[in-house]
Amino acid sequence: MTRSVRARAPRARMPWPLLVPALAGLAFLVLPLAGLLVRAPWATLPGRLAEPRVLEALRLSLVTATIATVVCLLLGVPLAWLLARTTLPGRRVLRALVTVPLVLPPVVGGVALLLVLGRRGLVGQWLYDAFGVSLPFTTTGVVVAEAFVAMPFLVIAVEGALRAADQRYEEAAATLGASRWTVFRRVTLPMVAPGVLAGAVLCWARALGEFGATITFAGNFPGRTQTMPLAVYLALETDPDAAIVLSLVLLAVSVIVLAGLRDRWVGAA
Amino acid sequence: MSVKAHLVVERPAFRLDLRISAAAGEVVALLGPNGAGKTTALRALAGLTALNGGRVELDGAEVHHLPPERRGIGVVFQDYLLFPHLSALDNVAFGPRCQGLGKAAARRVAAELLDRVGLAGHAHVRPGRLSGGQAQRVALARALAVRPRLLLLDEPLAALDAHTRLEIRAELRRHLADFDGATILVTHDALDAMVLAHRLVVIENGAVVQTGTPSEIARHPRTDYVARLVGLNLYRGQTDGDQVVVGEVRFSSAERLTGPAFVAFPPSAVALYRSRPDGSPRNLWQAVIDGIERHGDHVRVHLRGPIPLLADVTPAAAADLDLTPGRDVWAAVKATETHAYPA
Repeated sequence: MTRSVRARAPRARMPWPLLVPALAGLAFLVLPLAGLLVRAPWATLPGRLAEPRVLEALRLSLVTATIATVVCLLLGVPLAWLLARTTLPGRRVLRALVTVPLVLPPVVGGVALLLVLGRRGLVGQWLYDAFGVSLPFTTTGVVVAEAFVAMPFLVIAVEGALRAADQRYEEAAATLGASRWTVFRRVTLPMVAPGVLAGAVLCWARALGEFGATITFAGNFPGRTQTMPLAVYLALETDPDAAIVLSLVLLAVSVIVLAGLRDRWVGAA
Repeated sequence: MSVKAHLVVERPAFRLDLRISAAAGEVVALLGPNGAGKTTALRALAGLTALNGGRVELDGAEVHHLPPERRGIGVVFQDYLLFPHLSALDNVAFGPRCQGLGKAAARRVAAELLDRVGLAGHAHVRPGRLSGGQAQRVALARALAVRPRLLLLDEPLAALDAHTRLEIRAELRRHLADFDGATILVTHDALDAMVLAHRLVVIENGAVVQTGTPSEIARHPRTDYVARLVGLNLYRGQTDGDQVVVGEVRFSSAERLTGPAFVAFPPSAVALYRSRPDGSPRNLWQAVIDGIERHGDHVRVHLRGPIPLLADVTPAAAADLDLTPGRDVWAAVKATETHAYPA
């Protein structure tokens, strides 16, 4: 008994100027989520969840966010390696450029994508003429928009992990006859795996919640480009209860992902 | 299976310029104080640090332009650097795999090597769960698994505690004896070097100061650093007849020399007296006690005076002499234990 009282004592002595804003901050973060739970139409919830529109949006969101994450992994990990391990002259500028989508309003990102990859865009025009491929307002466009916005999260996480990793292990591998590609595959990558996974989770979560760039570049077509966040926003105008249900689903997915990965990998990273 | 190298590495405020060679089956120890450039030399040999000049030849063929993965040089790093995500077996199998062996074949080679270093029972343990001595043996097995032409060991025993060190040192000596390639090991520990190596190369400030067999170096040190390592008093003086003059002190010795000469003798050859002893007046001078410390089962006395001096006396003698810092004593060195050799 005495021990537990003593253990609590230091926390009780937390100064007021810190404690009050801290509690206010906590309430600010938790209350809206609690409100969502309180206002949820629990009685009609199962039926609403089974609505094809909801399932369709959910499926589209999960599929596009996952594909976008895979794209980010394939492009972002090598990019992070480039930033962390090479001494390119313009490396600082490069790193700044990579982080731009992080601070850029997603709508602006969507406009930029449209200007480049749109049917009359710089690259889009060529893509359409040569292959008949048009990205805007397609499911592929959703993936492109999500990857554009989410990739910096992955690149920054992986670059950090690469910088923190002890490069002497790579030297040891080289003395054992490993080519640079083998070193990367069998030593570097496994050693930064927790960082890559943490980055991928962040990236996936960001892609799942993507709204601005998606609606600008890919539009809002149910079944094709209408992801969960878009569906929530639209439902809010016509059917607020549906918006709450959709929001709950997104909240549940986020919580499940966090809880599932936190202890095992994200916490360790 | 022999190596011949001239290594030049330039750093701000440091320059390594070192010639080193090792024949097949020979173990050469690169001995030197911290910051002498030992590890830099090893990294340069392995190809992990670029040379600013010189060359590295293995069996007469130049390899210094090759990247580390194509040199065929095995390295045991100071803190082993075992891959933490692979089992002991897969750590050892890593090299053979890189050489193109299939997974099963590489594991067979690795299992055999682990067995040879006495760790067959630890094949599936991750490096994090191995003791220091076990990790050292896995690191050795991993380096040997690529059948290197040259084996490099960086402070192979430095990370071990005193007890394990003794055991691993003896074992390492045995494994190095079995290895048919050339071996160069880096150490700052004179005992490790003497026990493990056939030949010593002593470097200070990036340059060789002395080379020779362990017994040559132990008897005839040529720098203060080497003398301290092998526990001898060392002075440089001038020959005068059958004596060597070091400052105000004259040493008699059995050897007949001319010109500049070194005089070396162990601290145990020094006798200390409260008052001037009778008899032989040679190799005798007055000194002041600087400090006293326990050294094994005797007392080591640091003295200043015309020349700095270390003397070992028994605890009983130390008590009789009432040795306290600042006290004047007479120091005498037995001529029979004094070695003189050309400088």
